[in-house]
Amino acid sequence: MAMKDVPENIFMTQLDAAASWARANSLWPMPFATACCGIELMATASSRFDLARFGAEVMRFSPRQCDLMIVAGRVVMKMLPVLQRIWLQMPEPKWCISMGACACTGGVFDTYAVVQGVDRFIPVDLYVPGCPPRPEQLMAGIIALQDKIKHGGTLNGTEFGKRTQPMGPTPYDLDELIRIREANEQLVSLN
Amino acid sequence: MSTEETLQQKFPAAGLTFSQFRDNRRIVVPAESLQPLLAFMKQDLGFDMLAELTAVDYLEYEGATDRFGVVYVVVNTKTGERLIIKTFVNDPDPVLPSVYSLWKSADWLEREVYDMFGIKFSGHPDLRRILTPDEFSAYPLRKDYPLKGRGERHNFPVITRADS
Repeated sequence: MAMKDVPENIFMTQLDAAASWARANSLWPMPFATACCGIELMATASSRFDLARFGAEVMRFSPRQCDLMIVAGRVVMKMLPVLQRIWLQMPEPKWCISMGACACTGGVFDTYAVVQGVDRFIPVDLYVPGCPPRPEQLMAGIIALQDKIKHGGTLNGTEFGKRTQPMGPTPYDLDELIRIREANEQLVSLN
Repeated sequence: MSTEETLQQKFPAAGLTFSQFRDNRRIVVPAESLQPLLAFMKQDLGFDMLAELTAVDYLEYEGATDRFGVVYVVVNTKTGERLIIKTFVNDPDPVLPSVYSLWKSADWLEREVYDMFGIKFSGHPDLRRILTPDEFSAYPLRKDYPLKGRGERHNFPVITRADS
């Protein structure tokens, strides 16, 4: 079919590009809001900042209906299995934004109960720094993620298929191992 | 007659120690006299509310002779009178009688003290961990437990894109 035979209101594109365009502009977030970042997330979704302008305002509290997980706030040891379960329940294709210092690295909460970055245990596509990040920062993050989806997304999700290795830091860092050894030595010296 | 005098009269041999700082009225009681003292306060003196139950670890504390202090704050809601009862327990097997039979609010408070300090309460109907996960084995508020833990926070499966 020659180009001149294409009727009006019809245009040609790749299926991948069309699917990615649709996905990028209709992200349905799962608000995994556990702390003060959740308040900024709510502010982002509400009228002053209006996340609806980017097609990502449909917050769903059922993971089955979501394709973007926003981890907003610190995740404690007892909450991590819940986070992982919710992530596994979300249908493909799905993305994850780690919002704020605590979700990214544990932040100031370097204690026994707080996970030192959710990227150690689930895949994270985009990090939004800040404590907590302002709504503008989160929106910039969502726009960057849309860009990533539009440029790298494929219909069958083959861009995810290549990512078979854990993407975060290894669960035990060197300094972590040293700390554990020091803690055990301290325990031995006390007993 | 003040509550302190009544208690001293009722338990002359218990070795109660009284002290006061501003409006904090404190009674230190040996662990074996704790249950009868608290029962008397609840049943006869009208202290009908257990406002707080917590513990302190005195490991390496200057001048301390006992390992754990357990603190009960009881309130008489008719008169507004508030008393702090303190007792001490020691390793290796810190056990106190449960006061669940006196105040139902002791249920979760005793579970919290058990979870954080490992102090057992005999007679508690359901002494399980309340804040940390069930499989957690340490008592995190003890002073010999490191702030950053012993690696429990890293002990989870890693989910990759291929798994999810």
